Amino acid sequence: MHRLFSLLSLTAAAALAQTAAPDKIAALEGAVASAQTSGDNAWLLTSSALVLMMTGPGLALFYGGLVRKKNVLGTMMQSFIMMAWVTVLWALAGYSLAFGEGNAFIGDLRYLFLNGVGADPNGDYAATIPQQTFMVFQLMFAIITPGLITGAFAERMKFSALLLFTTLWLFIVYLPMAHMVWGKGGLLNAFLGGQFRCFDFAGGTVVHITSGISALVCALYLGKRKGFGVEPMKPHSLVLSFIGACLLWVGWFGFNAGSALGSGALASSAFVATHFGAAAAALGWLAAEWLHNGKPSVLGGISGAVAGLVAITPASGFVKPMPALIIGAAAGFVCYAMVVIVKSKVGYDDSLDAFGVHGVGGTLGALLTGVFATNEVNNALKDSAGKPLPLGLVDGNAGQIVDQAIGVGIALALGIVGTLIILKICDIVMGVRVGVEDEISGLDLTQHGEEGYNLES
Amino acid sequence: MKKIEAIIQPFKLEEVKEALKAIGIDGMTITEVRGHGRQKGHKEVYRGQEYTVDLLPKVKIEMVVPTPRAEEVIRRLADAARTGKIGDGKIFVYDVAEAIRIRNDDRGEAAL
Repeated sequence: MHRLFSLLSLTAAAALAQTAAPDKIAALEGAVASAQTSGDNAWLLTSSALVLMMTGPGLALFYGGLVRKKNVLGTMMQSFIMMAWVTVLWALAGYSLAFGEGNAFIGDLRYLFLNGVGADPNGDYAATIPQQTFMVFQLMFAIITPGLITGAFAERMKFSALLLFTTLWLFIVYLPMAHMVWGKGGLLNAFLGGQFRCFDFAGGTVVHITSGISALVCALYLGKRKGFGVEPMKPHSLVLSFIGACLLWVGWFGFNAGSALGSGALASSAFVATHFGAAAAALGWLAAEWLHNGKPSVLGGISGAVAGLVAITPASGFVKPMPALIIGAAAGFVCYAMVVIVKSKVGYDDSLDAFGVHGVGGTLGALLTGVFATNEVNNALKDSAGKPLPLGLVDGNAGQIVDQAIGVGIALALGIVGTLIILKICDIVMGVRVGVEDEISGLDLTQHGEEGYNLES
Repeated sequence: MKKIEAIIQPFKLEEVKEALKAIGIDGMTITEVRGHGRQKGHKEVYRGQEYTVDLLPKVKIEMVVPTPRAEEVIRRLADAARTGKIGDGKIFVYDVAEAIRIRNDDRGEAAL
């Protein structure tokens, strides 16, 4: 009797549970999703702010300290204006052309004026955060990329020409490249139906190779600064550059770990790889400098750290900590050789080494990603049976290096051709370079009507 | 009246000031200057770009003293500023035609 009663009550409980289950499970699922959105969104908003901080004040201070003091404000302004101008362009059409599903080369206009970009996630890119967050995170990358180029034509570019250059460069070089690598259906998008499987976690090709190679084209097109190689052009304040570089290092955690587009284990892995890459590259550059030149310099240390951050960028979400150290150290050595030995032999005036650090470091990092990428870190690519596919050479997929090289080649080609055309247009419309007298007086006075240091006032 | 103009190592400024104060000289004008005599400059390297910096930071002290005191001031100043190494600087002495205190039009040594 007793047993019968308990059996009956068990059956009743099961029946009750059955009716309650769908509601309860749905409620639980909703709560879990909401919790994940909160966590992921918090990290992505933080990351967005960190990446903006890389441009201002990070890059502005880093570059500003490297120029002569008559150009400090002009140089800082070249970074700062990106924060305003690129934002507007991005809102109007930039985001849509990069991330709208268009063809293999460029996005469509579905998100023109940010139409439809709101609280709902875009499942193709980041299913757990509002698309608005994804949009503003990606905007910060579009801001810093043209900012990086300004290092090549520092101390001699007209401000008006810079605005036109940036506008055209964003539409002709950046947006197509961003779409090809990260946009749905993009030619190089390894995860969303691209023809070539190029891995670029946080922008080695999109940000650093495109800006670096475009910087080289600019340096060659504009020519050397007046007095280059004759009069001293020492950095006017390595103290500013030091602060800027350290801000870049911190901001880069948002750049790379934020590119996990979530706050889980992949973000941690990218964070660690980023930090390790920077540390090893600082040491690599310093060691090369110490051996080659006799003294380890502060400028060398911070330049190395930035080179390492550049090189680890494409790899950050695919490699383990030890390979991150290797990539960083390689970047320190190679970028040192490029900036100090090759540049002076060839004799072009890439004033603040935008090509030597970003172009060369980005290329090195993109290729080494093909070597060290592993599905132990990133298992987003799966075969039809759901088994993670091998990624780089360390997983036994040597062919990945070829795919990486294709990505590099396309970025280089687009950067060279696009930038040449853009410079020609700017030159015809308004002239890209300031007049000789303005160059001697400095950009601060001639372009902006002010001076950086008014110590007597 | 004599004007004494001394160019010294910047880190010797405090010692020189103390030495002059000890003999009752506390009026002087100091300027941060750059220059070099026989002292060689140094090499600086920025990302492989080498610069030879031969204009080194110095401090210039100017003061005007009554002629009878000039020799003592010069001796004290030189003793205080000396390290015995190249780069210690130089002292120049000039005759002064007139001195005027702007506040009350004092003239000559009364204006010092």
